[in-house]
Parts: sequence; C-alpha cells; structure tokens
Amino acid sequence: MSTLSEVILGAPAGEYVDREVDIAFAHDGTGVLAREALREMGVERLPHPDRLRLVFDHIVPANTGTTATLQAELREYARVAGIALSDAGGGICHQVMSEGVVRPGMIVVGADSHTCTLGAFGAFATGVGATDMAAIWASGETWFRVPETIALDLSGQLSGAAEPKDLALACVAELGMEGATYRALEFVGDGAATISMDGRLTLSNMAVETGAKTGIFYADAATVRYLAGHGVTASPQVPEDCRYERTVAIDLDEIVPLVAVPHRVDTVREAEEVAGTHLDQVFVGTCTNGRYEDLARFARIVRGKKVAVRTLVIPASRSVLARAIAAGVLAEIVEAGCVVGSPGCGPCLGAHAGVLGEGEVCLSTANRNFKNRMGVGGEIYLSSVATAAASALAGEITVPEVA
Amino acid sequence: MQGTGPAICLGRDIDTDLIIAGRYLRTKDRSVWGEHVFEDLDPTLAPRLSGSVIVAGRNMGCGSSREQAVVALREAGVVAVVAESFARIFFRNAVNVGLPVIEASVACTDGARVAFDLDSGWVEVDGERYPARPLSEKMVAILRAGGLVPYWRSSR
Repeated sequence: MSTLSEVILGAPAGEYVDREVDIAFAHDGTGVLAREALREMGVERLPHPDRLRLVFDHIVPANTGTTATLQAELREYARVAGIALSDAGGGICHQVMSEGVVRPGMIVVGADSHTCTLGAFGAFATGVGATDMAAIWASGETWFRVPETIALDLSGQLSGAAEPKDLALACVAELGMEGATYRALEFVGDGAATISMDGRLTLSNMAVETGAKTGIFYADAATVRYLAGHGVTASPQVPEDCRYERTVAIDLDEIVPLVAVPHRVDTVREAEEVAGTHLDQVFVGTCTNGRYEDLARFARIVRGKKVAVRTLVIPASRSVLARAIAAGVLAEIVEAGCVVGSPGCGPCLGAHAGVLGEGEVCLSTANRNFKNRMGVGGEIYLSSVATAAASALAGEITVPEVA
Repeated sequence: MQGTGPAICLGRDIDTDLIIAGRYLRTKDRSVWGEHVFEDLDPTLAPRLSGSVIVAGRNMGCGSSREQAVVALREAGVVAVVAESFARIFFRNAVNVGLPVIEASVACTDGARVAFDLDSGWVEVDGERYPARPLSEKMVAILRAGGLVPYWRSSR
C-alpha cells in the first residue's frame, strides 16, 4: 500500500533512509565541483565507477579557454577513475540517460536539478548538488527523505494543437513554483497511458519547477516498448492502492496551447492571450523539448516555409540528431532557415550559443524563464514546440493550428 | 550552533540564477562567485553581505542545482539564511557547504538584528523570537562539522 517512491525507496513517507544508488551522473558544470570536493575529501578509489556517468552538455563545445581547460581536467579524471564519459556532442545528460541507461525501479541521482526527468521510466530520480555527488562517488550511497506524494490524476486525451508541454505548463500553473516542494509527483490515471515516452519525459522534466523531488510515471507497455528499442528488457510496474497527500484531477481534453510569461514558470497564459508578442529569437531544444518527436513536430509545421525570426534548433542528443537526419526532418528544419546547434543544453542557461541581448525577447521550449537567465535584460516566454514553430514562422507569438 | 548578524531582507522565489548567474559558473575560483553574488537581483548587495543574515520569503533558492549559489553566499560572508521555505536542493547544498539554513516565518526589516540557535530551534529578529523548523540529526551533524567534506573526513 505504497506510492511508487515509497516502493522504490523501501520506506514510508517522512522517513530518512540511506540508500545505494543505481546510477549517478554529473555534467561539465557540476562535475568540476564534485571532482574538487572529492579531492578535498581525500578519496582516491571509487567503489562503483560502473554506476557513474559524466556527460558534457552545458557548454559544449567549450566557449573559452578556461572552460576547455576545466573540461580537459574532468575528461582526464573520468579516464583515470574509470567513469564512462559522454563528451561534447553526445547530448544532454537526462536525454543520454533516457536512451537505455535508466530502467524502472532504479534509484538515480544526478548533479542537475532536472534529473527528475528520468522519473518518466518509473525510477526514483532526483537532483543533488556537487558535494553530495562527490560523497556518492566516494561511497556509492546517499541519504533521502522519503517524500510525500501528490497524484496528478490524468483523464482523457490531449487534442487539437495541445501537446505534453502544454500539460506540463498547466501542471506548474496549478501547483505553483513551490506547490510540491519536498514532494514527489505521481502521474496516474487513464490519461497517463495516452502520453508517449517523449511526452512523459517532458512532464517529469518540469516536476522540479513545482519544487518536486521527482515526477514519476509507472512503467507500462509504452515504457517497455521504448526501452526495448534501446536494447533494455524491462517489466511494467503495477500501482498499489496508496495514500497520496492530495490528488489533482486534470482533464487532458481541456488542455490548450499555453505560454509561461516572464519571469515565472507558473505565470501561465493561454497562447491566444499573448499572441502578437514580438520575438527576436525562437529556441527549440533542451531537456524539456529537444527529442525526436519534438523535432519532427517542429519540422511538420515549418516544412516548405521560412522562419521570420532567428530560430535555433538544438537536438537533445546525438541519437536524436542522427534520427532526425535519417528521417529527413533535419533537412526540412535547415531549409526553413533555422540555425541547428550541436546536441547539448544550448543557450538555456545563458552561458553561450544563443544568449539574448538587452531587451530581446525569446520564445523557448525550455523549462525556465527566470529573469536574466538567457542573458541580462532578455525576456523569456516558454511554450510547446508547435507554438514555437508557428511563432517562428510569424515572428511573433502565434497560436498553432490544429495539425 | 548559534550566530547573529544584521538582516538583509529579500523576497520570495529567489532562484539560483539570481544568486549567481550562469555566466559566472565556469571557474573553480570561488571568490568570483562571492564577488558577483546577487548581481542580477541588486548589484549593490554583494559588498553589504559580509556578516549579515539573509532573510527571504518562500521557496528560497529554487531552480538550478548549482552549488555555486550557496558557495557564493558563504564566500560573501553571509552568516546564515533564514527563509519561510527553501527549495530542497539549495537547502541540502547549504548544509553541505556549512552554511546554516533556518526555516522560519519571521517579520523582517533591513538591518534588524537577527540571532539564531539551531540547537534550541529558534530565530530572533530584534528580540522577537520565532520557532525554527528542526533539522534532521544528520544535517545538524554535517553543519556542525562545517559541511559534508569535513564531516566525511572526520567520520572516516
């Protein structure tokens, strides 16, 4: 009679537990700090290097000599310590982990707040800081407070131009930016089964924008099929009757295209209300919406047309990029006049490759629109891929047409 | 564990991008973070932080897991952070770098004298005492050691 988080962590909500982790990963930003902390801890030998991953995604390829040197040091450490490294161009850590590394029932920690993305597989996946990561490298385990769970009970089916990102924005708007702090979100109900794995990853990804520790789906037939495609055998998870802290019912049929306006992720408007907002840049990508389905959806809308504004498209991983090339999707995106970047986080965190200037406005498919995040004085609106595509063609925020 | 300092009052939902911007993350030189802390929120704040206690509203430290945010506050000389509530990764990071974090609802005015006692579980603002939410035993032990690195070294 437990929530999925309670089942995986093996204790009831509210308890503190020490648990071995199955997978722990860090990226080029947090990995550098974790390495420093490990050095200060005086740890030489890691007990389980096979459970660790380093993924270079935040500033790839390196933008300055300093960044390149930091990455070179970490690359060398990965080699010496025997940690598998996904180097520049391999993709965003959460996406790389979603391509056959993470399986249902695992305990996964990542030194990145969006590690909750991997809850889409029925894993308990949560973000930690760099020093916590160093201690996990050193010991193979960490402590958790087993979270209470808020259920998002999904019914019906997304329709019209609405896509999982619109649902994610609706969930954040419903709960607020701290509505689920310290809690797990569990996506349940008949509606959950109608959402593709790429869509579930989008929903789990944005759980942290409500303060949640993770956003978890039960593994079902779709999960098993997706993982089989990555060479992994998995079984579905069967929900138990359990006690949720509260249940929020969401009717998917009522979801329409939404936009989060500056500078809060939970200030969400119907796209129609902000239609006509002038744009200087459109950005499609990130751990929220840089997957194959996203690129394919974008291409379907811009195919044979030209974007009216600077539009960056950054695939979430090399395998997403390769698939988009093979399917002809990438050619359509390039021919529409978009800039295609190498797989990684791109300008999401304002470090490189698409930073905004003072007063510039960007419509992004990312997960955060915090003040100045993509550049000082820049404004960020968040939307679905379809809204981003329609808006890129018009040069202003535009409600997408029903496909 | 006790401390005092003048209050610097901040609002709610202060995200870690506002504490230390993404453009300053690519270095191992911690002094850079102390220098640029809160730059995009209020560039006049950094030089005033030494010896102070930050008093924030709800959801302090939301957003990115970047540990540079708590290190920046520590480097700038912040004694402790009091907030009505914290985002969980920020909270854990603060404990891990030895920066006291105190969850309490207090009335704040800039410059008010803040005192806290983590062992007894209270915080005072200009003599007015408020209860603080207790930390887990492990968190208290980590804070007392000065952070997770010294805690680790002393427990091996």
